[in-house]
Amino acid sequence: MSNRDINNSLAELQARYLEDVKIIGEEAQSALLALPHRLLDILEFLKTNESYQFNMLRNLTAVDYLEYIEVVYHLYSLPLRQAITVKTRCGMEDSQIPSATVIWPSANFQEREIYDLLGVRFTEHPDLRRILLRDEFDGHPLRKTYNIGNAGERR
Amino acid sequence: MLKTETFTLNMGPQHPSTHGVLQVVLELDGETVVQAIPNMGYLHRGIEKLAESRTYAQFIPYTDRLDYVSSMGNNLGYCQTVEKMIGIKVPERAEYLRIIMTELNRIASHLIFMGSLAIDLGASTGMMFGFRSRERILDLFDMACGARQTYTYIRFGGVSADIPSEFIPALQRFLADFPAMLDEYHRLLTGNEILYHRLKNTGLISGQRALEIGLTGPALRASGVDYDIRKVEPYGIYDRFDFSVPLGQVGDCWDRYIVRMEEMKQSASIVTQALEQMPEGTVMATIPKVLKPPAGEVYHSIENPRGELGFYIVSDGGTNPYRLHVRRPSFINLQVLNETCQGLLIGDVVAVLATLDSLMGEVDC
Repeated sequence: MSNRDINNSLAELQARYLEDVKIIGEEAQSALLALPHRLLDILEFLKTNESYQFNMLRNLTAVDYLEYIEVVYHLYSLPLRQAITVKTRCGMEDSQIPSATVIWPSANFQEREIYDLLGVRFTEHPDLRRILLRDEFDGHPLRKTYNIGNAGERR
Repeated sequence: MLKTETFTLNMGPQHPSTHGVLQVVLELDGETVVQAIPNMGYLHRGIEKLAESRTYAQFIPYTDRLDYVSSMGNNLGYCQTVEKMIGIKVPERAEYLRIIMTELNRIASHLIFMGSLAIDLGASTGMMFGFRSRERILDLFDMACGARQTYTYIRFGGVSADIPSEFIPALQRFLADFPAMLDEYHRLLTGNEILYHRLKNTGLISGQRALEIGLTGPALRASGVDYDIRKVEPYGIYDRFDFSVPLGQVGDCWDRYIVRMEEMKQSASIVTQALEQMPEGTVMATIPKVLKPPAGEVYHSIENPRGELGFYIVSDGGTNPYRLHVRRPSFINLQVLNETCQGLLIGDVVAVLATLDSLMGEVDC
């Protein structure tokens, strides 16, 4: 599927959800930025609607941009062989995003990983615990403000 | 009436059949599994954090240490992602060398799968056979790049060095011997009634469920879902080769075993075709000494022996990645362990773990 088709899809979604979504990025990097409270509606629509059928959550991760944390969903439609990127943002202090596990159970470990390393709390997640670091660990190391301290090597 | 209660058994982290340091907390009712909760992180090195303080090129050796039995694939996935960001064109000969190396690595990785499955189920001879044949491939890699496990052979713009003159004859000898080797394994393992009954109808995963839970790679295809990135989104020059994607029917441990055995045959066929088509020429494009990809982001994934290996890189235009995330197939595939093991006997947990073939270096990252 070419970039042009995906841009059409993005424009259609924009028309459907109006102020709740925004198209960000250019050409091949364009993505749909959704407001957290509409996120699950949009993901559900993308998964179940006949003309999209995004039945795979390929990748789920998050990025710390200092002012906000961006959670990135890479979806793939196996029947239509099309990929789309959906993003949503939350603040640094009270970082909360609704969990996508009700739509894609595959989000489970990946959301736990984001919680562990970036400190985003996924509401309604069935088992939100640290996954890579030990339970007593303090802080979220993939945040840019995390102080590595003595653990960092001298360069 | 006797009153029974469940008890908890820790399998691992130092258990030989967990393929590294995975702990599975088993809740057992007699010998039947009620819950099997995987507990990982014993090998966590913070590779994603380290990437933020390394230049793009300095990160290549770290990818070797993710899925350390298929390092060529990791190198390829990372290098192609960065090449996609900058727009580097790779010379033809290098493209073919990349295919040859990654497909050989797929065979080597599946041989480890076969050997470890055999020893996990009590057949130690299978392990010896698997490792013996894998040695032939490691010798080939040794010739090409001087390393047996951590290659860093695939670089931005091509490969680190052209193959030496003795490589092609040795590879041809290996390809000539390989069908007989495969036949030997089939006689040793596939025809073994004990192995068949241990694996058949054990650990069923339906195609629908496999998609929902995020399985990829041979484990997904064993459930009958035709998703192979080499076919659906061909990267590199995979569209030039003629190969088929083996699929399973019911998604039990047996299908996961057979699919991998068939994949080895297909990989050998791809290597043969690549060897015939490979042109002469340079193996490295001219690329700048200091790489500064333009600000932006890219997600690129390849079909690794264990599933979809994806790299998500965010660049701010500097010399280091702003954020680098690895989508590790072993990590995501492990999610299916608990529900698959429920109701099975404790000995079958080992079979499910072995056929999911998660590798801890990649799970923990």
